[in-house]
Amino acid sequence: MEYAALFLPLIGSILGYLIKNLGDLASQLVTTLCVLIASIFSIIIFYNGIFNGIYDNYLIYEWIASGNFIVNWSINIDPLSSIMLVVVTFVSALVHIYSIGYMKHDSNIPRFMSYLSLFTFSMLVLVVSDNFLQLFFGWEGVGLCSYLLIGFWYKKDSANKAAIKAFIVNRVGDFGFAIGIFLIFMFFGTVNYAEVFQLIPEFSNKQINFLGFNSNLITLICLFLFIGAMGKSAQFLLHTWLPDAMEGPTPVSALIHAATMVTAGVFLVVRCSPIFEYSQFALNFVAIIGMLTAFFAASVAIVQNDIKRIIAYSTCSQLGYMFFAAGVGAYHVAIFHLFTHAFFKALLFLGSGSVIHSLKDEQDIRKMGGLWKQMPFTWISMIIGTLALTGFPFLSGYFSKDAIIEFAYLRGTGIGYFSAGVGIITAFLTAIYSWRLIFRTFHGKFNNENLSKSEIHDSGLIIIIPLIILALGSIFSGFVFKDFLIGSKYNNFWNDSILILQTFDLSKLPVWLITITPFLVIISIPISFYFYVKNTKLLEKIKNKYIFIHKFLLNKWYFDEIYDSIFVKPTKILGSFLWKSGDVKTIDRLGPDGISKIIKIISNKSTKFQSGYIYDYAFIMLLALSLLLTFFIFYK
Amino acid sequence: MNFPILSSITFLPLIGAFFVFLTKSDKGDNNRGAIYISIFTTFVNFFISLFLWYSFDTETSNFQFLEEINWISGFIKFKFGIDGISILFIILTTLITPICVISCINSVKIRLKEFLIAILVLETFMIGVFCSLDLVIFYLFFEAGLIPMFLIIGIWGGTRKVYSAFKFFLFTLLGSILMLIAIIAIYWITGTTDVTQIYEIKIPQEFQYLLWLAFFSSFAVKLPMWPVHTWLPDAHVEAPTAGSVILAAILLKMGGYGFLRFSVGMFPIASEYFTPLIFALSIIAVIYTSLVALMQDDMKKLIAYSSVAHMGFVTIGIFTFNKQGIEGSLIQMLSHGLISAALFLCVGVLYDRTHSRLIKTYGGIVQVLPKYSILFMVFALGTLGLPGTFGFVGEFLVLVGTFKVNILVAIIASIGVILAAAYILWLYKRVVFGKLENDQLKKIKDVNLSEGSILLFLCLLIIFFGFYPEPLLETIRVSVDNLINNYNLEITRNIALK
Repeated sequence: MEYAALFLPLIGSILGYLIKNLGDLASQLVTTLCVLIASIFSIIIFYNGIFNGIYDNYLIYEWIASGNFIVNWSINIDPLSSIMLVVVTFVSALVHIYSIGYMKHDSNIPRFMSYLSLFTFSMLVLVVSDNFLQLFFGWEGVGLCSYLLIGFWYKKDSANKAAIKAFIVNRVGDFGFAIGIFLIFMFFGTVNYAEVFQLIPEFSNKQINFLGFNSNLITLICLFLFIGAMGKSAQFLLHTWLPDAMEGPTPVSALIHAATMVTAGVFLVVRCSPIFEYSQFALNFVAIIGMLTAFFAASVAIVQNDIKRIIAYSTCSQLGYMFFAAGVGAYHVAIFHLFTHAFFKALLFLGSGSVIHSLKDEQDIRKMGGLWKQMPFTWISMIIGTLALTGFPFLSGYFSKDAIIEFAYLRGTGIGYFSAGVGIITAFLTAIYSWRLIFRTFHGKFNNENLSKSEIHDSGLIIIIPLIILALGSIFSGFVFKDFLIGSKYNNFWNDSILILQTFDLSKLPVWLITITPFLVIISIPISFYFYVKNTKLLEKIKNKYIFIHKFLLNKWYFDEIYDSIFVKPTKILGSFLWKSGDVKTIDRLGPDGISKIIKIISNKSTKFQSGYIYDYAFIMLLALSLLLTFFIFYK
Repeated sequence: MNFPILSSITFLPLIGAFFVFLTKSDKGDNNRGAIYISIFTTFVNFFISLFLWYSFDTETSNFQFLEEINWISGFIKFKFGIDGISILFIILTTLITPICVISCINSVKIRLKEFLIAILVLETFMIGVFCSLDLVIFYLFFEAGLIPMFLIIGIWGGTRKVYSAFKFFLFTLLGSILMLIAIIAIYWITGTTDVTQIYEIKIPQEFQYLLWLAFFSSFAVKLPMWPVHTWLPDAHVEAPTAGSVILAAILLKMGGYGFLRFSVGMFPIASEYFTPLIFALSIIAVIYTSLVALMQDDMKKLIAYSSVAHMGFVTIGIFTFNKQGIEGSLIQMLSHGLISAALFLCVGVLYDRTHSRLIKTYGGIVQVLPKYSILFMVFALGTLGLPGTFGFVGEFLVLVGTFKVNILVAIIASIGVILAAAYILWLYKRVVFGKLENDQLKKIKDVNLSEGSILLFLCLLIIFFGFYPEPLLETIRVSVDNLINNYNLEITRNIALK
């Protein structure tokens, strides 16, 4: 069953593409069925784990064996991987179904479905790995699928550029990740999780000389691994690819850039909790980056106008939450938020996809408005998604996000308090931008000039069904799984799959902390209603007064421009310079071309000696004779 | 003595070339006889080499299938033998040659018969290089290989063929002359040119440095290393497709093979001494040529520069002197052999249809060449070392090995991996994706059966070995162990002497 859950998506992917000549429906059916069955198996595996404690490690075969560098392909089922299995296959199955409806008019359906399944497979490989290298395989594999899917509409230049950007920024992260793996192998002689984790306590105080710096080994490993996580999870400094990735089809954004792939970084940190726990410095670093991302992305999301970009920044921001949860040592809470986030963020993306679909590919929220009557199902599911995202009481986001803030507070360190504070502010910002999106899209005046309002209607059943299922998940997943994942039973559930050295004392929670976020979240609804629907002129005034801040936020803190002038342009200039001045003008001119020129000159000169005139030869003979004579007379 | 299987593999193509020579040379391009003979010969040779691999004993590091004939008694012996390091190069050669033969049937329009003869003769010389256990014989094959390659570039090349052919020839020849002097010197020092005996005798330390440099000059040009790499882009650009394929897939590997077999094997102390030099040149190569590759507007030049970068990984790996490094660089050479061959074939497919190698001619060809685009994608991914492709295994092992020895070198080399992703994906985007704007492109056809099956075959190999490199690793394991052990023994002995 474990093998089936892993390999069915791969089989579906290959088969789905090979049978493309049988029609689009055939590949849609094959791929969707395979993933659907895989998701049922995953749920069974998860269930068996929770209630029967069945966890195991299945060895598939040996991948690379070079000296003591031995890596296996394997399926490792433990609590952490089983919950990730469920998230990945479940959301993926829904997205497959949704895509049947959403991509109806596309001319490359088999290719699309095949990529989606391939992505699912890579993600599963990543999740069930028992060693760092297989994780790395899945890691780059999902990166590849993300690249292929972002650039799916290859005729669009912007999509191609976004795809390459995503891949290369991820590669920068992977570079760090790879160095982390090298360090691990160098000191522990293995890349297998269990073996590495066992050795960590012995090495916890080891100092090494790294490029001239004396640093703690564990901290170094953690930081490098975290650079990888930052790339994949679009954290501050390496986040620039995620908003651009919205060039891909919307189902892709829901699956890859919201629910699964971007959470791989969080998964990595949680998976490596036995390493991170031994480095307070690295943990603080994780928390600070997470906090910065959460705040930065939320601030940018407030002024964006592209419906998908808003949600993309929101994803970025929520990932920040997960990281600072991990950074304060609350790994289980991070995974809990990852779990609930998968539902409501996928719901929001698919819902916005439904809007975009109905408006004939319009993504600008300034050209929407007042749609709620035309698309009631989409409207309701978007509302549910937003409520869950903002952490409205008793929906899923409420349990997970508030828990993050609470655990950060409970950590009791400076960083913990500070994170909790930023978390509360960000929660408020989150609520504002989320409601802005809802009000601008579904309420107020209809602003689209290209379409008449009567043309717009709700999407078909095949799009609505996944929305309903996800909406149910967004409502109940927090409430139902709270006890298992972070509540009283959490120790039973997680077993050894995560390590928390300092436990949290839940009884020390002050009441004001528990109530403040829900309070802010609830009052944000009328506030945003006032600003975005009732009195939009006031907002304009504020905007004009602080135009500088608005521009700063609208341009995403100018990260793209800065990176372009620091990295992209100099690299190109350097490349041209090395080619034109290095290869052509220096090496070739001094090397082969130069030598051949010199030889030509010499031979030209020497041919002149052979002029054929007697007096030339006679003169040279005389000259040589006199020279020789001089030599013999004076030196002998 | 058993059946001389190595000699058979080596000289079978020569016999084939003789028969091709005998075929009637009609004026038309349709010289069926020559084509059939070449295909038959190269395929038979490939199967013999597979049989060779099958009967190869992976448990021992001794040279196997030994053959010895006295040529000039007391001086040069004709000695053939292989170990785990050389056998895979032989198989690579016998695999790539039939592919070249098939690919050139469509693309070579003039003097096809002579072209086939050149390729077959070249195959003999290449296999000879990997089989020889005598320095003089090795040198003969190593140098003789230049002649057919020189002709392939010079006769069937593009517009600047003569310049490129001479550049190629002179560069490699100059490097090799020093090697010849070194070989003569070795004969005077040890009294033999038999490599296995030289391993036993051990060249005195004081001679090692100069001799190492002489061999280095030859292998560095061949590989090529920075800064003597500039002949490669020119040669590739002008060479016909089959020529580029052989050049990238096999001729470059002779440099890496030479380093392992001769430099490290015969001069361990000098090898250790010059390691910083190799590391420096290699990381310059990796970064420098990757950056240059990024800015190329000619597809073949881009791939040629990327070859130099990949070969940089090979030299770094060899001079780590640990298992991961050396096994990694061997795997890297094999994978680059397949991947670069496939990429040059891909460029050839486009060139045959439009007669342009410039990137800007293309764009949006996925709409007219969908199958081609998928295959090209796999090769691009192999180049950038995506896990699950053959390219990853070698690169990663090299980096793991290097990291143990020198962290800085490993980190800088890893940056090359990022750049590789940039140049190859950008190339792919500009050629394959985008809008189809060039009218000339709208009429071109997707890969035909022979092109498609060759590329598909290479593609499957690249994926298969990406997931399961064990057959290769198993073959080289014992020989590499032995090489490293000998090296370490020499180094410790040397330290003890001091």
